[in-house]
Amino acid sequence: MKTKLTALAVTTALVAPAAIADEMTIVSWGGAYSKSQLRAYHEPYSEKTGVTIINDDSSSGAVAKLRAMNEANNVTWDVVDVVAADAIRLCDEGLAMEIDADSMLAAAPDGTSASEDFGDLLVSDCFIPQIVYSTTFGYRTDLVGDTAPSSICDVFDTAAYPGKRSLEKNPINNMEWALLCDGVAKDAVYDVLATPEGQDQALAKLDTIKDNVIWWSAGADTPQLLADGEVVMGSTYNGRLFSVIEEQKQPVAMLWDAQVFDLDGWIIPTGLSEERQARALDYIMFATDTQRLADQAKYISYGPARKSSAPLVGQHADLGIDMAPHMPTDPENAKNTFLYNYEFWADYRDDIDAKFQAWLAK
Amino acid sequence: MTDASNNGGPMLAADGTPLKKSLARALRLQKMRALALIAPLLIFVLLSFIFPIASMLFRSVENGMVAQTLPMTVVELQSWDAETGDLPEEAVYTAFVTDMVAAIDAKEHTKLGTRLNYEQTGMSSLFRKSGRKIKKLDPATDGPFKEQLIEIDKKFGDVQTWAVIKTHSVEITNGYFLNAIDMQRTPEGAQAQPEDKRILIKLFQRTLIMSMIITISCIMLGYPVAWILANLPARTANVLMILVLLPFWTSLLVRTSAWKVMLQQQGVINEVLVWVGLVADDARLVMINNQFGTVVAMTHILLPFMILPMYSVMQTIQPTYLRAAKSMGATNWTAFWRVYFPLSVPGIGAGSILVFILSIGYYITPEIVGGTKGVFISNRIAYHISSSLNWGLAAALGTILLGVVLLLYWAYDKIVGIDNVKLG
Repeated sequence: MKTKLTALAVTTALVAPAAIADEMTIVSWGGAYSKSQLRAYHEPYSEKTGVTIINDDSSSGAVAKLRAMNEANNVTWDVVDVVAADAIRLCDEGLAMEIDADSMLAAAPDGTSASEDFGDLLVSDCFIPQIVYSTTFGYRTDLVGDTAPSSICDVFDTAAYPGKRSLEKNPINNMEWALLCDGVAKDAVYDVLATPEGQDQALAKLDTIKDNVIWWSAGADTPQLLADGEVVMGSTYNGRLFSVIEEQKQPVAMLWDAQVFDLDGWIIPTGLSEERQARALDYIMFATDTQRLADQAKYISYGPARKSSAPLVGQHADLGIDMAPHMPTDPENAKNTFLYNYEFWADYRDDIDAKFQAWLAK
Repeated sequence: MTDASNNGGPMLAADGTPLKKSLARALRLQKMRALALIAPLLIFVLLSFIFPIASMLFRSVENGMVAQTLPMTVVELQSWDAETGDLPEEAVYTAFVTDMVAAIDAKEHTKLGTRLNYEQTGMSSLFRKSGRKIKKLDPATDGPFKEQLIEIDKKFGDVQTWAVIKTHSVEITNGYFLNAIDMQRTPEGAQAQPEDKRILIKLFQRTLIMSMIITISCIMLGYPVAWILANLPARTANVLMILVLLPFWTSLLVRTSAWKVMLQQQGVINEVLVWVGLVADDARLVMINNQFGTVVAMTHILLPFMILPMYSVMQTIQPTYLRAAKSMGATNWTAFWRVYFPLSVPGIGAGSILVFILSIGYYITPEIVGGTKGVFISNRIAYHISSSLNWGLAAALGTILLGVVLLLYWAYDKIVGIDNVKLG
């Protein structure tokens, strides 16, 4: 038995250092999004430094996995792509490293400091913003009749637009939209939602369309439901809709009204060796500079998080269409936008989610 | 006093040691050897199965965080009673600032905020935001702190905040288990959750009922298949067996998604029904994103687990028994019901246990096809593991689920008898 255990120890000892060689593991969401990062960030970085980048499509369960890795004292990820809300949670849990924007991130070409260039988007001490995306609605142009929906409240109007809608199976965004369409002013939404009465009001509004809703849990669901004609309209991330409309040429159009802006970006896990941490920081410095962020928009329709990148957004690398009009931040699309409140949801998520799930099960 | 003395000394083995001792040593050696042989498996099971499960189960009661992060505050709060409605004394506030400064240094205060936020909404941002300001205070010189803290955040002037800290400062808590059965731990003892947050008991019931429905449909569909397989010539049976096993080689996600394509309103079945004219175009059947969809998809996925044990049991039933019964005047039905069926019950039992226990813990299929009314308790466990990070509650839910399974297993043993279960 002893020999066996020693053998085991020796094997682990042999395997472990190999992983630290010139390799780094970057975790992201997979699909078209990872592909855009591969072409905009990973390939140029590998070319420049010779580091091999291993992709891991585990971002959807990243928070729990990072916590487990941290407890086991064996963090195998070097850089992780997460949404801002998860970054806040990871930062709170001490699982993500704190970032000093000005010393760790590249300044803009004109010399503007990184913290100014990212501005308000630095929503957590640990978060390095990468893109601005939005959750918005797409609708089937051939199934909505003569007047296309133009307002978020058309989602709640089953008389004018009969048929099913798809909404995410969680309270975030849905509650806000419900209140907006129930007569609550935009800047009062979170104050109302903080009260039990406000939560009931939102659920009561959602109740009016509950029978006509298909609830989704994966970002790919709504595009598929739209393509199948299962729903007439549905919420999802704007990049997914872009791909349905421009790449798959489905009869779908976007309803940008009351789109909810959200952020996605990088975090560096705590508990890395000095060497790995240095390399992760080097990668981050490279991958979030002005040019690289603008490059990503060539492959996917998400807006770069730096102000200085916006003018550099060009054409889609394969389709050759101008990307600027497809950005959620484009003035034409951003006439009526809604800003996701991270602080609010960090506090209220568990509470409202319990109520929301109880309501769903009713 | 002993036999040995009567016989003039102990019986000796060939090497001169007493025989009893020698035998004991030989037996001990044999036992050691047997243990060494199973040791790899034993250690593997211990390390990869028993230990993780035990540590996960322990999380359902473990609650050291409050007392560890705010040690002095917890001690000071001992003498304070929330029911008086008065705020704690200055001593508590001083202790709190001292604890917090240490916790902020170790970056533990936001963790504690997340932990307390499960119990009281708003704690997460209270700890995160006030931490930035409390960091600048010096516990030795800047007191008194009561006014200052209330100035920093008025929640520190709320009795509820301190009551929550006190209530959850015990090292071993029943709080997670109370949450798991739609109750909560309060200063006044265990109380029911507000009605609009009660969901878990309902999900437990639904999980059990639907698992039972799935098990029964598996029996109904699987029994004839197993019977045919068992009574066909071996070669044909083997070919048909591949059809039963084929789903095993296909990804679970693919099979579940295939049901989506089949059952949705613009799906294959509805299209055919509309084309045949059985269903009007504007009244297509809703067969997915509800309980029906979950039952159909899970029955399909779990069917092989029912068919295989039934098949192997039925193979051992001699066809001569049926012939004998019929020759003595039994009708087909009587022969089947009185002779064949009782003999096949062990197979049904084994299959049912497998299917039921598997389906109770199912997660991905209900998530994809279950909609709102077809989701199981495991979906909630997954939410608390991966989204809310409330692992304590997830562990409590898991422990209850494990308890329910063991209870049902015990009941099954009492009613049917577990030695009556055969896998072949």
